[in-house]
Amino acid sequence: MTPYLEFNSVGKTFPGVRALNEITFNIKQGEVHGLVGENGAGKSTLLKILSGAHPPTEGYLSINGEQKDFKNTRSAIDSGVAIIYQELYLVPDMSVAENLLLGHMPKKYGFVDHKKMKKIAQDQLDFIMEDIDPAKKIKELSIAQRQMIEIAKALLQDSQIIAFDEPTSSLSDKETKRLFKIIKNLSENGKAIIYVSHRLEEIFEICNRVTVFRDGERVQTFENMKEVTHDILVSRMVGRDITDVYSYRPRPQGKCILSVKEVMGDGLKKPASFEVKQGEILGFFGLVGAGRTELMRLIYGIDQKSGGKVKIDNKPADHSSPRASVENGLMYCPEDRKYDGIIPVRSVDENINISARRHYIKAGIFIDKKKEAENTMKFIKQLDIKTPSKDQLVGNLSGGNQQKVILARWLSEDVKILIMDEPTRGIDVGTKNEIYHLMYNLTEEEKGIICISSDLPEVMGVSDRIIIMREGEIVASLNRSEFSEEKILSLALPVDEEKNRSEINE
Amino acid sequence: MSNTAVKQTNRTVLTLFKDLWEKSGMVVIYIILFIGLSIFVPYFFTLRNMIGLGLSVSMVGMVACTMLFCLASGDFDLSVENIVAFSGVFCAVIINTTGSVVLGVIGGVLGGALFGLINGTIIAKAGINALITTLGMAQIIRGLGFIVSGGSAVGIQKVSFFAIGNGSFLGLPNPIWITIVCFIIFGVLLNNTTYGKNTLAMGGNMEAARLAGIGVNKVKILIFSIQGAMAGFAGVVLASRMTSGQPNTSVGFSLDVISACVLGGVSLSGGIAPIQGAIVGVLIMGTVQNAMNLMNIPTFYQYVVRGAILLIAVLVDKFKETHRSSI
Ligand SMILES: Nc1ncnc2c1ncn2[C@@H]1O[C@H](COP(=O)(O)OP(=O)(O)OP(=O)(O)O)[C@@H](O)[C@H]1O
Ligand SMILES: [Mg+2]
Repeated sequence: MTPYLEFNSVGKTFPGVRALNEITFNIKQGEVHGLVGENGAGKSTLLKILSGAHPPTEGYLSINGEQKDFKNTRSAIDSGVAIIYQELYLVPDMSVAENLLLGHMPKKYGFVDHKKMKKIAQDQLDFIMEDIDPAKKIKELSIAQRQMIEIAKALLQDSQIIAFDEPTSSLSDKETKRLFKIIKNLSENGKAIIYVSHRLEEIFEICNRVTVFRDGERVQTFENMKEVTHDILVSRMVGRDITDVYSYRPRPQGKCILSVKEVMGDGLKKPASFEVKQGEILGFFGLVGAGRTELMRLIYGIDQKSGGKVKIDNKPADHSSPRASVENGLMYCPEDRKYDGIIPVRSVDENINISARRHYIKAGIFIDKKKEAENTMKFIKQLDIKTPSKDQLVGNLSGGNQQKVILARWLSEDVKILIMDEPTRGIDVGTKNEIYHLMYNLTEEEKGIICISSDLPEVMGVSDRIIIMREGEIVASLNRSEFSEEKILSLALPVDEEKNRSEINE
Repeated sequence: MSNTAVKQTNRTVLTLFKDLWEKSGMVVIYIILFIGLSIFVPYFFTLRNMIGLGLSVSMVGMVACTMLFCLASGDFDLSVENIVAFSGVFCAVIINTTGSVVLGVIGGVLGGALFGLINGTIIAKAGINALITTLGMAQIIRGLGFIVSGGSAVGIQKVSFFAIGNGSFLGLPNPIWITIVCFIIFGVLLNNTTYGKNTLAMGGNMEAARLAGIGVNKVKILIFSIQGAMAGFAGVVLASRMTSGQPNTSVGFSLDVISACVLGGVSLSGGIAPIQGAIVGVLIMGTVQNAMNLMNIPTFYQYVVRGAILLIAVLVDKFKETHRSSI
C-alpha cells in the first residue's frame, strides 16, 4: 500500500523549546499507526501541525502525494483530517447534540433544525455505542462519556485521516474495548489512523506499525509488530530498560492514620467506611461512576457530606473546605488536571508552590522566592519535568508534564495522607516508575496514600490493599495476597453487566 | 576587532529591546509616545505640565492599584466611582458635624471598605457575578451619597483638611506621592505575598485554586474590601482637593480605571496582572488626555480618541500573543 499521509523533515520550535526535529515518516490507508514517546517527546505537537493549529517551523506534510500547507484548522478539516485531542474541548453548558454539531448545525429556513440535529446526534451516538440522551448537558456527563462524545464529534466529519491523542487515558476498560472496535472498523474502511498512547498494551493490541519519538526526534519505526516487544519499545522510548514498572516493595505498616466512618453524600448509594494505616498504599478500584472520586471529594471537603465522621490520627477531621484539609495534612491530587489542577497562565514555579509556600512564609505574608525556586528545581529534576525554565507557563507544557507539576505540588507539601486520583494518567513509563518509587518512599515515612486508578494492573501493582467500589458503595476490601484480576473485576462490575462483559471481550 | 564589539553591543541592545517589547510592549510604546509628544507638543515637557499630568492621573492611579487585584482574580468592580462620591460626601459631613479631620478621613475610608465588604460577600458567598453585584451596589451607593448630602455639594469648613489634596512635599503635590506609595505597596503585595499569588492563581483557574487549599472566598472578600477602602480614600482626597464633598462626581471613573489596567496588559479573564502594566496604562490614558487638552482638541473628539486607543492597544496585545505562540 502506498503512503497516504507523509511528514517530510518536519520541525517545530517554540520559544526556548525545540519540540520537533527532522520528522520524516508516513501513514498508510487502512493502517493504525502507533505513536509513542516520553512526556514532551513531541507527539501532540506533531498532531497539532497535522490539524493546522500550529504551522511547522521547517518541512511540510503531504496527503495523497499533495503538499499541504494548512493555514488554520478549518483547512485541515476540509482536507479530511480529524483529530481527537488529549484535552477535551467541549462546551459544558451545551447539550450533547449541540456539541456534536457545533459549527455545522443543520438549518431550515435559516434557523437551527432541532429535529434533524437530534436525529444526527442520535445516529452518531449509536455508532459509538454510547447510550446517552442527546439533550443532556455536557457538564452532567462523566469524563469518560465526555471523551466518547469528543470522539463521536471528530468522527462525524467522515475524514480520511484520524488521529487519536491518548483517547483512553480517561476511559474505563469497557469504553476502551468499544473504542477499539470502532477504530478497527475505521481502518477496515481504509482510513489512515494515528494512535498516540502511553499504554503500550494498547499499541500492541490495535496497531499495525509503531513509531517511537524521543526528545523531538523520530527514533525508529517498527514495520512489523511481531518484531517488537514491550521491553524493546520501552527502552527505545526511555533510553534505558525498565523491567518491572511497579517495582513493588513491602513496607512496614503502623497505626491507623485516617478513619472514615459511615460517610454519606451525593454520588454515594450507601455510607462508606474504611481506614488507612501509616505506611499503607490503599488502592481504590471501580468502574467510572462507581463513586470513588465522589467519596474523596466528600472527605477532602470539596463537596459537603450529609453524614458520617472522618478522623485523622484519631482526631475529628470533618473538613468543610479543601483549605481545612490541607492544614490537617490531607491532600488531594485531582483526576481532571485541566479543570481542577493547573493554573495555565501561571508559571511552573508558582503552580508547584501554590500550597507548600505556606511553610516558608516570612513575617506572615511574604513569600520566600529563593526557597520556592529550590523546591521547584528539585522536582523538575526528580520528576523529569520537561520545561525550558521554571518560569515557563504551565499551559505551554505537554499534557504529561502538566500532570507532573500537580504531583510536585503535593509531593512538596507536608502530607499525612495523600489522595491521588488517577496519578499517572497520561504519564510515560519511565516517569511512572519514578512516581511509584516516590509513593513507596513517602509511605516509608509513615504517611498514608490512597490511590484511585482505573488502570487495574496499576492498582494491583502498587497497592497493599484494594477497596472495590461499585455503583456508589464499597463492596469489598482485598489484601495483596488475595489480588487477582478476575476477582477484582467481577466485584467491580455491576451485576447485570457481567454478562455483557463476556460478549464485549469476544 | 572593535567592529565585532560594536556589532555585539548592537546585538545585545537589539535583544534587550526585543525582550522589553515581548514582556512589556506598552512600556516601549509609552516611551516613544512620551518622546514624540515632548518634541511636537509645545508646553508638554515643562515641569508645570508634568506636575499637572501627575495630578490628573493620581486618582485613577490609586484605584487602579486595587482594581488590579480585582481583575487579577477574574472579577471587576463597577461601583468604585460611586464609592468615591459617597466617601467624599460622607467625609465632609462628618468633618462638619464633629469638627474632626481624622474622624472624617477614617469615616470616608471605612464607609468605602464597608461597601467593598458587602460587594465581596455577595459575590463570594452567594456566588452572584461581579457585574450584577457591583452594578446594583453602584446605584445604592450613589443614592446613599445623595441622601447623606441632601442632594447637593457639601462645603467643608475645616481648612486643615485641604492639605491632604492640595499640599505638597519636595515640590510634588501630595496626591502624586500618595499614588506612588500605593503603587509600591500594591506591587509588593502582588508579587511578594501569598495574598497576591493567591489572587493570581484564583484568576487563572478558580476551581484549581480552591482545590489547592486556597481559601478563595476569604481572598475574594478581602480583595473587594480593600478595593472599597481605596476608593473611599480616593474620595477623601478628591473632597480635599475640591474643598467639598460632591455627590455627583466621578461618573465614568470605574471604566476609566478598568480601561487603564487593560491598556497596560492586564487580562480581563484573570490570572495575568503585571503592576507595571497598570502604571503604564494609567500614564498613557492621562498623557494622551493631557496632550489633547494642550492641543485644544474639543472634548467630543477626545472621547473618540480615548476609545480608539484602548481598542488599538488591546488589538496589538492580541496580535503579539498569537504571533508569539506560532513563532
Ligand atoms: N505552545 C507551546 N509553547 C511552548 N512550548 C510548547 C508549546 N506546546 C508544546 N510545547 C513544548 O513542546 C514539547 C513537546 O510537547 P508535546 O505536547 O508535543 O509532547 P507530547 O509528546 O505530546 O507529551 P505528552 O505525552 O506529555 O502528552 C514540550 O517540551 C512542550 O513543553
Ligand atoms: Mg501530548
